[in-house]
Amino acid sequence: MKLESKIPSGPLAQKWDKARFQNKLVNPANKRKYEIIVVGAGLAGASASATLGELGYKVKNFVYHDSPRRAHSIAAQGGINAAKNYQNDGDSVYRLFYDTVKGGDFRAREANVYRLAQVSVNIIDQCAAQGVPFAREYGGLLDNRSFGGAQVSRTFYARGQTGQQLLLGAYSALCKEIASGSVQSFTHHEMLDLVLVDGHAKGVIVRNLLTGAISRHCADAVVLATGGYGNVFNLSTYARNSNATAIWRAYKRGACFANPCYTQIHPTCIPVTGDYQSKLTLMSESLRNDGRIWVPKKKEDCGKHPNDIPEEARDYYLERKYPSFGNLAPRDISSRSAKEVCDEGRGVGESGRGVYLDFADSIQRLGEAKVRERYGNLFDIYHEITNENAYQVPMRIYPAVHYTMGGLWVDYDLMSNIPGLFVLGEANFSDHGANRLGASALMQGLADGYFVLPNTICNYLASVGPGKRPGVEHEAFKEAEDNVRGITQRLLASQGKRTVDSFHKELGHILWEHCGMGRNETDLKKALQLIPALREEFWKNVKVPGEEDNLNQSLERAGRVADFLEVGELLCLDALERAESCGGHFREEHQYPDGEARRDDENFAHVAAWEYQGRDKKPVRHVEPLVYEEVKMTTRSYK
Amino acid sequence: MKVKLKVWRQKDTRSAGEFRLYETPDLNVNMSFLEMLDVVNEQLTLKGEEPIAFDHDCREGICGTCSLVINGKPHGPHRGVATCQTYMRSFQDGDIIIVEPWRARPFPVVKDLVVTRQALDKIMQAGGYISVRTGAAPDANSIPISKENADLAMDAAACIGCGACVAACKNASAMLFTAAKVSQLGLLPQGQPERYRRVKRMVEAMDEAGFGACTVTGSCEAVCPKNISLDFIARLNRDYLVASLKGGAKHG
Repeated sequence: MKLESKIPSGPLAQKWDKARFQNKLVNPANKRKYEIIVVGAGLAGASASATLGELGYKVKNFVYHDSPRRAHSIAAQGGINAAKNYQNDGDSVYRLFYDTVKGGDFRAREANVYRLAQVSVNIIDQCAAQGVPFAREYGGLLDNRSFGGAQVSRTFYARGQTGQQLLLGAYSALCKEIASGSVQSFTHHEMLDLVLVDGHAKGVIVRNLLTGAISRHCADAVVLATGGYGNVFNLSTYARNSNATAIWRAYKRGACFANPCYTQIHPTCIPVTGDYQSKLTLMSESLRNDGRIWVPKKKEDCGKHPNDIPEEARDYYLERKYPSFGNLAPRDISSRSAKEVCDEGRGVGESGRGVYLDFADSIQRLGEAKVRERYGNLFDIYHEITNENAYQVPMRIYPAVHYTMGGLWVDYDLMSNIPGLFVLGEANFSDHGANRLGASALMQGLADGYFVLPNTICNYLASVGPGKRPGVEHEAFKEAEDNVRGITQRLLASQGKRTVDSFHKELGHILWEHCGMGRNETDLKKALQLIPALREEFWKNVKVPGEEDNLNQSLERAGRVADFLEVGELLCLDALERAESCGGHFREEHQYPDGEARRDDENFAHVAAWEYQGRDKKPVRHVEPLVYEEVKMTTRSYK
Repeated sequence: MKVKLKVWRQKDTRSAGEFRLYETPDLNVNMSFLEMLDVVNEQLTLKGEEPIAFDHDCREGICGTCSLVINGKPHGPHRGVATCQTYMRSFQDGDIIIVEPWRARPFPVVKDLVVTRQALDKIMQAGGYISVRTGAAPDANSIPISKENADLAMDAAACIGCGACVAACKNASAMLFTAAKVSQLGLLPQGQPERYRRVKRMVEAMDEAGFGACTVTGSCEAVCPKNISLDFIARLNRDYLVASLKGGAKHG
């Protein structure tokens, strides 16, 4: 299979204009004859549903939550990047583009990233017009803060709840369209299979989580905006219910899965305290604007109270190693540095897996009131979880799984290799390369949903013509429904001895140990033996109580964990085959003497997209070369 | 520490429910309340019993999914936090803890501790938005907003839509929820054109969905995990009065 990225030719800055001009259009009278299914209502799903509805298409939106407002985009704290240059500090579309490409360690698609930077400015306008209460200066204009991987202040924010406010903005736009009848909202519905008719995505099979009823839905195109797969690690900053099922089942129907090994481990999370733990909590990267990260210089000091360790006995290791970016070094680099100092035995806290994030200097410089105004809610969260007051003692933080840059492969139109299947937001792979910069996830989700997809989907729709979708009585729908029922019955029939969560924990442990912040061939090969064995045990020995015809949360989790047990294997396989270090993917065999990641542009300047071949068969690795027309791939340096 | 739980179990909306008593194994005081329920559920599963159904998702107090009445108080003992941010260190060894679902007519129980809150979405759909077409927005800095108003709008916008205000109210009124959105949008210049039409429609939708009337007892504010102020209800009432004086929506 050849993966056609369909990037328009011509100068980088004109590609998006050119694409929009060349795209086929659907006339207003025909739009209402098309039905589009959107799965997910996070930033990408909600903004896409609302905008497509507004354009006149008939949209069905599915979420497994009790309301579209609950998607995990809501938990994003710090902010959203945009190349507004309101600070007059040298920002531009080109600089945002370049920072993002460089931040992604030159493993993103150049044209997609440039488009992202271009539409970033429209997103801020759109959200402000919707009533998103962004932080403002006394003059009434919008305020900005700095984020990792950038030397300009281009991050817009709403206290520590930027994701919440942007999502509620998109949700409000969705509400307007639901009220007008253009969008039909299905809450408590989980997508369990994708339906292909003649190779095109034409529908989904969903389960009503309240009644257990399984139903078929047909459409002219299917849009997946179902988020990332980071919960494959079990412990992560994701919401407990975030899962890979929608994209994984699409993968099993033929959609290529690109760069699954690109996972982001976020440097500033609250450390793990015990094995009962269900999730890890992020402390926004924005804290690194005013907090300084350090550990004791000497191991012997680790047990001391941090306030008793004098300045000269502290190692501000990010400021020491990366003087120009300091505490704002990108996430992958900051995380690895934290792991290194802890591996050296200089970690702090009960487990020894923690570093200090200290606000004493900022409180002295700005006063506690100002720090409280900027980060109050984050300090509150920290206090609730740890029972410690971070205004008085430094926070303890450690890296945790936070985001996945990999996802279903898409072309420039955001269409997967299955015609009619579009993938948006974290669920796709295209914009962040091997490492995502802070405040760029919100930007990408909204760019895809508000501005990209509505302009590109018409290309596909016009090519198939209005009113041509097959009905749900088509044989393909029956086959997919049977598949879904089969999985459910198999899970309920297995009267084993282990709970679903115990398998999830074990899988997470295997991945964290063998495919976490540092990866090597031996460990990956070991994981590739452990995971299939665990999967086999799962199907023999899992215990799923309850019935299928009512709310059954154990059954929901069982289906998702069954998929994670397959996702995890692909993740390790991809990590093994990518024998280079880039961004969040650090192969210990490939590093410079100073410990920095060693990329191999000669052999790996490409996207690896995996194609499913059937159960227990090795998937095929396809390659899309990354052609950089504008920027030169260089060694990333933040020193 | 160990505690005993008296938990509401109910098979589905139509069945009658009852309290059942469960004993927890030894717990770590740093566990969250929901992690404690996870542990109890693991035990129940291994014993072959059906685990307790409860709603949760982000587990960091922002998604608004979790919804338990703990010892008679929505979201548990502490002010300004959600159930998922409640930790076992807030309880004593040997405590008997009573765990119930939200109880309000517009929120029918689905199973055990899970209710549906679609009635809140209905209120939002009636007008909880600013009508702006994607792509039609002017430059974000073309409309300055005083920091005071922006901050106050943000205070209102912090609502997570959990419905604790409804669960706490003796009339099951959704006034605090509705007032937060009406106030957020009413404080911003962008929200002015639809301001009076919005408040009328949202209040009507609230009544239609079966929420009760507000008598300003303040129980909602007391349990709100985001400390949304009762002052916003005063703002809603003022806007509603003006809207009524102005007459039909066409003048709004």
